[in-house]
Amino acid sequence: MDFSDINFSLLIASLIVAATPILLAALGELVAEKSGVLNLGVEGMMIFGAISGFIITIETKNPWLGFLCSSIGGILLASIFAVVTQIFRANQVASGLALTLFGLGFSALLGQSYTGLKPVSFPDMHIPILADIPVIGIILFQHDFIVYFSIFAVFLVYYLFRKSHFGLIIKAVGENHDSAHALGYNVILIRFFTILLGGALAGLGGGYLSLVRVPQWTEGMTAGAGWIALALVVFASWQPFRLLIGAYIFGGITLLQLNLQALGLEINVALLSMSPYLVTIGVLVFMSARRNKNSLEAPKSLGKTFFGL
Amino acid sequence: MKILKICSIILSTLFVSSFAIASDMKVGFIMVGPLDDHGWNYQHSVGIKAINEAFGDKVETIYQENVPEGPDAERVMTQMVLSGADMIFATSFGHMDPVINVAKKFPDVKFEHATGFKTADNVSTYSARFYEGRSVIGHIAGKVTKSNKIGYVASYPIPEVVRGINSAYLAAKAANPDVEFKVIWIFTWFDPAKEADAAKTLIQQGADVIMQHVDSSAIMTVAEEAGVFAYGQASDMSEFGPNAHLTAIINGWGPYYVKRVKEAMDGTWKGKQETFDGIGDGMVIIGKMSDKIPASVRKEAQDLADSIASGDIHPFTGPINKQDGSPWLADGEEADIGTLLGMNFYVEGIEGDIPQ
Repeated sequence: MDFSDINFSLLIASLIVAATPILLAALGELVAEKSGVLNLGVEGMMIFGAISGFIITIETKNPWLGFLCSSIGGILLASIFAVVTQIFRANQVASGLALTLFGLGFSALLGQSYTGLKPVSFPDMHIPILADIPVIGIILFQHDFIVYFSIFAVFLVYYLFRKSHFGLIIKAVGENHDSAHALGYNVILIRFFTILLGGALAGLGGGYLSLVRVPQWTEGMTAGAGWIALALVVFASWQPFRLLIGAYIFGGITLLQLNLQALGLEINVALLSMSPYLVTIGVLVFMSARRNKNSLEAPKSLGKTFFGL
Repeated sequence: MKILKICSIILSTLFVSSFAIASDMKVGFIMVGPLDDHGWNYQHSVGIKAINEAFGDKVETIYQENVPEGPDAERVMTQMVLSGADMIFATSFGHMDPVINVAKKFPDVKFEHATGFKTADNVSTYSARFYEGRSVIGHIAGKVTKSNKIGYVASYPIPEVVRGINSAYLAAKAANPDVEFKVIWIFTWFDPAKEADAAKTLIQQGADVIMQHVDSSAIMTVAEEAGVFAYGQASDMSEFGPNAHLTAIINGWGPYYVKRVKEAMDGTWKGKQETFDGIGDGMVIIGKMSDKIPASVRKEAQDLADSIASGDIHPFTGPINKQDGSPWLADGEEADIGTLLGMNFYVEGIEGDIPQ
């Protein structure tokens, strides 16, 4: 066995790419859940974003427009969810599941004539000077725009909830929507916003899957990534940086186990295959165990329907 | 709402009864993934078309995509039978136990199960000797690789997949003694992102020819981007990688489906049959070979395919040792079908473990 076959800087660089779709989707869900909305439609929004972005990229030959439209696709689907749960006050769990089923089916319908096509490739952005640093350059500074954007978005969400007034309002709505309402905040409007933001990020994550990571359109190509994103939010206990770590650990262990397999290592492969799930959960639980109880809990109004006063 | 419901009931009865009058027989198919996966499931849809063309209005075909391997398959097949299906083709390995269970409940319905090993009075199995095709593409891989590292993305550790790896390895090794296989098991038949990750990993570790025993075309796309070679799985996948695509192992189910449906109509259909056909019977087809393969290698590969088809060459001919060095086949001995159907060991020279 020869470990020199593994190129570790390439491994880390590709784990970042592999983790980006779930990171984006999970980040969007995190914001939605912070406002008290449990949207189980992440998988549906992702795959709808994947096909929207793919179709537009094929038709216009412009991946930037494609990514924009994968976000818009995610927003479209999220807006259905928002209308149904916020205006018609339907059950969020059921609506979210329905959204996933609808997204999977509708994207398959739209994508029928788009299998077997290849999208215009999305260029990597080599950041001048930094990209030439050995090892670190390959790992961090030779990615495409969406990867940088996803990391930037993590900082943004952190800032939103830690430092901004608007973030406090979202949290207030998520913790106790009746009190927030009594204080004069428009609960439904704020939740509309977070749901649509969640949709935009999930759609973008899906678009990243069909335009960069695979890159092609295949029916059902998200293959459960949305559910992993949902689980990550819980295990990261609604903290953006923990989410980043969780997503990267998940991507990293996934790729590491593939690498170890390719080396012909004498380790139980079934064990290796489930290791990404185990290790990610283990690490996040360990990190949470040291925090005080309050910072771990789900937003108190999560999943509850707001009826107004 | 009520009116809608009544309308739909009336409509569906109309449809069902009109079909019942029109066709002599109803044949159902269940697929593990989407029909247009450009791979395994797509070829079954080609087989369905062959039935439609051969029998026209006499046979009605119905199908259900994305039927998981498990209890859900039982529900889908039961529903098909209740809606009048006389014969059901279950097209994935994991549909095996559900087929046996449903077949018990409906002894008059004929069941055909692809790649399984359980039969009954009304259940027959069919499978193709894909390993014959894998031998041919293994030979090509051994000849075209420059790094001498060949990557293999495998799905589940079932005999069919293990057989393919062994067959490809033996042929590649015979063509190029320095060749080394890197196998990754991903435990799914269809997950484009995972398949792409596995292929990228193999390429990063130096493999310049990627083989796959998973269903999507993601690996071909990745190979094209990375400038390495790959093979079409179950269908021709050259549209996904015009430069990467060397050739494909294409599954030819059509002739078998037509034959079995005909037998069912004539009343000569029998259960407990285990069909296992190869290149010679047209169930395994070697696709168009790319210009990227040197002409001499193309000819060697074609000759190999022809000799396998005629029975002159068996891909598993001794001397072959098992991975641990213990002898399996003596010089000139050919593998027996029982060992092949239950194959759960690597041949000597392949590194790593088969997950059990």
